[in-house]
Amino acid sequence: MLDLQAIRQDFPILHQEVNGQPLVYLDNAASSQKPVQVIDAIADYYRKDNANVHRGVHRLSQRATDAYEASREKVRNFVNAQSDKEVVFVRGATEAINLVAQSFVRPNLNAGDEILISHMEHHANIVPWQMLCEQTGAKLNVIPMNLEGELDLSTFDELLTDKTKVLAVGHVSNALGTVNPIKDMISKAHSKDIPVLIDGAQAVPHMEVDVQDLDCDFYVFSGHKMFAPTGIGALYGKQDLLEAMPPWQGGGDMILSVSFEHTQYNELPYKFEAGTPHIAGAIGLGAAIDYMQDLGITNLANHEHDLLVAATEKVSAMDGVRIIGTAKEKASVLSFMIEGVHPHDVGTIFDQQGVAIRTGHHCAQPVMQFFGIPATARASFAFYNTMEEVDALVLGIKKVQELFA
Amino acid sequence: MSSADLRDLYQQVIMDHNKKPRNFHDMDDANHFAHGNNPLCGDALVVYVKLNDDVIEDVSFQGSGCAISVASASLMTEALKGKTVAEAEHIYQQVHKQMTGDEFDATALGKLEVLSGVKEFPARVKCATLSWHTMHTAMDNDHDVSVTTE
Repeated sequence: MLDLQAIRQDFPILHQEVNGQPLVYLDNAASSQKPVQVIDAIADYYRKDNANVHRGVHRLSQRATDAYEASREKVRNFVNAQSDKEVVFVRGATEAINLVAQSFVRPNLNAGDEILISHMEHHANIVPWQMLCEQTGAKLNVIPMNLEGELDLSTFDELLTDKTKVLAVGHVSNALGTVNPIKDMISKAHSKDIPVLIDGAQAVPHMEVDVQDLDCDFYVFSGHKMFAPTGIGALYGKQDLLEAMPPWQGGGDMILSVSFEHTQYNELPYKFEAGTPHIAGAIGLGAAIDYMQDLGITNLANHEHDLLVAATEKVSAMDGVRIIGTAKEKASVLSFMIEGVHPHDVGTIFDQQGVAIRTGHHCAQPVMQFFGIPATARASFAFYNTMEEVDALVLGIKKVQELFA
Repeated sequence: MSSADLRDLYQQVIMDHNKKPRNFHDMDDANHFAHGNNPLCGDALVVYVKLNDDVIEDVSFQGSGCAISVASASLMTEALKGKTVAEAEHIYQQVHKQMTGDEFDATALGKLEVLSGVKEFPARVKCATLSWHTMHTAMDNDHDVSVTTE
């Protein structure tokens, strides 16, 4: 069992009023809040250890390097990668996907080749592939979905063709909360020698991830959705694939030697980390991983599951409310429509009650088009949310219905 | 609890115009029209204007959006019908001033003053101004154009 009261004490931002009401933060799928352990780790780094990494022989540079690399080891452990060499620090999931698109897929991509994604991807897992298709003449194929918001895998085998050069799919949908059956999908793709990238941005805050068990080729995520700072994230890639890939960006830190005739690139993972990295961010990410692991990721997941089940039951029982995304396997997210009320109005009325939810297309416009709606209202839970906050969600919906009656 | 503020925003007139938008149809003989989009929230509308010399003989809109954007568009069509281009321009300017908290000419606005509650909700100002920007663009052009606010 989680000691929620103690946990909430770790999140200073939660203890404030918004529009005269206690803040109820239910926009965790957009960005999560940070515990004081993460905030302190960042502040301590700047107070005591700040220097550039992998360079100076002086003490501060050594301490900064040690802390930065210790975080890499934490990320390795967090996703159970085999080696630190398989963990590349990036700005976030978006940058990681662009890196893989340009450095792994593009060199082997010809006109007429295919890239396979799904209908429920975040724009970050659509647009980089579209750009790649424009650059090469390759074709973007899309795995369809059904009205529950689950992937329709009835044609999956046919979509995996001998021209498919990569399968890129989200672990958990940010707009619907659907948990996709990625292990089976990876296995099927691999049976046809198709490499797989998993967008784990919405998964890592909510569940244990084991990249060796999944056997994915690439796994990407952002720190800020898992209680770490913005501007930091990680790319996991299988070592042999990363070794074979050309660098993505050039600059300092990614080289062993440079002359005007020839540059010898650095070894993994530094080959992909050009320029001074977001050292404080990486340290914050390490602190967030420590925090989650101390509490026990399974414990966090169980509590969130209870919140989602309770919220789903209560909201389903209300007249005039439609839940968008009713997959059997879901994590954290409850998207909904209130009959006769635009989600944007819902968001404003919630905000007046101190309840922060997201309203809009959630950077997943194809999902909105599929359901024939311009937007949804979305409540998304983190482990620091309470059953009382689920009730605040229900009250918020009632308030909207009263006002628009 | 700030229900009072919410009632300032969602006044009865606004709720009424949202439920039953006036002049809510396309217009075959419009000589000016434009598309307006707010990609952030998915509001999308078309404003049609029929200008006869200097006078707005007819104005209508079509589309979908939140209560504020629909009501604002509906109120706009009521307010502009029969006005000259110069009068419409003046009203357009006053609506903007009202929503950004500047001093404005209340007599020119009349019923449009119900939109004043929007200024307390900065995230919603663009909802209220979408139709006005779209109308303004339509008047400036004699072909289909698009306006985007975000």
